[in-house]
Amino acid sequence: MGKRIAKEVSIAIAEAVKQCRVDVIAAYPITPQTHIVEHLSELVANGELDAEYITVESEHSAISACLGSVATGARTFTSTASQGLALMHEILFIAPALRLPVVMVVANRALSAPISIWNDHGDIMAERDIGWIQTFAENGQEAVDLVYHAFRVAEDRRVMFPAIVNIDGFTLSHMIEPIELPDQEQVDRYLPPFRPRYKLDPRKPLSMGPVGIPEIYTEAKKAQDEAFKNAYKVILKAWDEFEEVFGRRYRPVETYRMEDAEVALLIMGSLAETAMTAVDRMREAGKRVGLVRLRLWRPFPLRDFVKAVKGLKVLAVIDRALSPGATGGPVGTEVRSALYQVPGRPRVVNFIAGLGGRDVTVEDFEEMADRAYVYMKKKPKEPYEMIGVKE
Amino acid sequence: MSPKKIKPPLTFPRSLTERPFHYCPGCHHGIAHRLLAEVIDELGIRERAYGVASIGCACFLYYYYDVDICEAPHGRACAAATGAKRARPELAVFTYQGDGDFAAIGLTESLHAAARGERITAIMINNTVYGMTGGQLSPTTLPGQRTTTTPEGRDPRVYGYPLKVAEILAQFPGVAFCARVAVNTPKRVLEAREALRRAFLAQLEDRGFGYVEFLSACPVNWKLDPVSAARKVDELTETFPLGVFRDLT
Repeated sequence: MGKRIAKEVSIAIAEAVKQCRVDVIAAYPITPQTHIVEHLSELVANGELDAEYITVESEHSAISACLGSVATGARTFTSTASQGLALMHEILFIAPALRLPVVMVVANRALSAPISIWNDHGDIMAERDIGWIQTFAENGQEAVDLVYHAFRVAEDRRVMFPAIVNIDGFTLSHMIEPIELPDQEQVDRYLPPFRPRYKLDPRKPLSMGPVGIPEIYTEAKKAQDEAFKNAYKVILKAWDEFEEVFGRRYRPVETYRMEDAEVALLIMGSLAETAMTAVDRMREAGKRVGLVRLRLWRPFPLRDFVKAVKGLKVLAVIDRALSPGATGGPVGTEVRSALYQVPGRPRVVNFIAGLGGRDVTVEDFEEMADRAYVYMKKKPKEPYEMIGVKE
Repeated sequence: MSPKKIKPPLTFPRSLTERPFHYCPGCHHGIAHRLLAEVIDELGIRERAYGVASIGCACFLYYYYDVDICEAPHGRACAAATGAKRARPELAVFTYQGDGDFAAIGLTESLHAAARGERITAIMINNTVYGMTGGQLSPTTLPGQRTTTTPEGRDPRVYGYPLKVAEILAQFPGVAFCARVAVNTPKRVLEAREALRRAFLAQLEDRGFGYVEFLSACPVNWKLDPVSAARKVDELTETFPLGVFRDLT
């Protein structure tokens, strides 16, 4: 097992990508992702990583180059954020439809306008429906571990879908945290070489991305959807194997102090650690509050999620993105929909917090839990509320 | 005999606000900003000037100019400027972009605006790196130049060759003025000012697209002190020769 040492999370991610023995990296600089690809370019320049590093002219080209590369059977990585992810939008749908398992780290950052380089989940929530596997990291160690997992799952022949690992911009990407990088031998044991069933190879010609006429488009999409649902089992199994090799255990839905809880907070990403402190404090005050964290966002872990919130009276969903004119934030609407058919479901209240780098404190989480208690008896007037707005 | 009134050597341009620039010591944005403000003053177009800012070090353009500024997404300044100019042809529309913005992510928009002969003035500050993002390779990075994404130096066989935008635009019939300037010597500052003036005349006289490329020092990302960085601009002129490449004004 490797040593646990303090590292900037972006640097650790780059080291993990190196350990995954990627063949091609194509990226365009954008804050706050830049340190990841800068360090990768260093590793390539130093000869520590035998890979092609392509400096393209935009994110649109970065992801296009990645698709071209992975289609030939090369293990491929990219990283972006915010406007860069938005510029990739068109291509992002094509990767899963062509079953091209590129892996991308997104350092989540707010979208313009106003211009903000700071963290929220607006960028990735706009890409909710692209059909990629999407996970959220809570801290630096998770960010690194999810990279190995992403390659392992994405390239599995039963899966063959691209994967995004979300890390909160700055609050994770630029933090120095104690991180344990495993030995190369362990990574090699966990991640076999990439051998896709289909690849572009003149010796075995095939076509990728042909036209889908109305007689076939629906069937193509149905096949994609089925395969994506089936990926869930492999995602879980890959986490089981991860535990066997590396000793750390991950689940798609993780709970904290949920025994006998009547109110729970639900959150994704690095804010969950702050929320844990709030839960501890409220538990000390005798309140039966727990915490649910979604580590896997797509495919949505429906059954595990429903199990996790069973017995709750109120579930307070904290969204870090706004969906103007909708019935809630992206996670809030998803969770309400997921629970609608469940008998005895908890009341779902939805808070929007932490937009564009706004800090969400322990006290903010306590306030949200307190409000959830109020809403236990009284229905909220609005489908969602924004927290911490200066008025 | 009344004493001859002496014109003060420098007055503060009306088109600039008094806010101090945020640029790094030795950066040439400050000089380019001032020249642009002087030209707007001289042509008397401040009240109808419309600037399109870009993403990069110059994204805070709205702090420094006492004219209307619109912020465009990364690379889209020439397209945004096209929309403004077509809707309000009486406006004096300009873009202010870096090489990463104009020549990388926005090259399509830039070239097509020029190919259409849009009556706008485009200013590109070429410092051979992505300045604000931390000195990564840009399309204008010199062969052998070390950047944070080419720490071994730009190897043209792997990372390609620098893009000479002024030379490309000079071939476009829709381009009425196209020049490359530098501001690292007093003489060059005066030439740069004249080039800017003509690039505005290109649109004011309804002749076509105006373009001025500034070779600009980036001491921080070049890892040089300001004086050495200014001298280094001379080296840049070997790859990017200065001069007027097209002038129909």
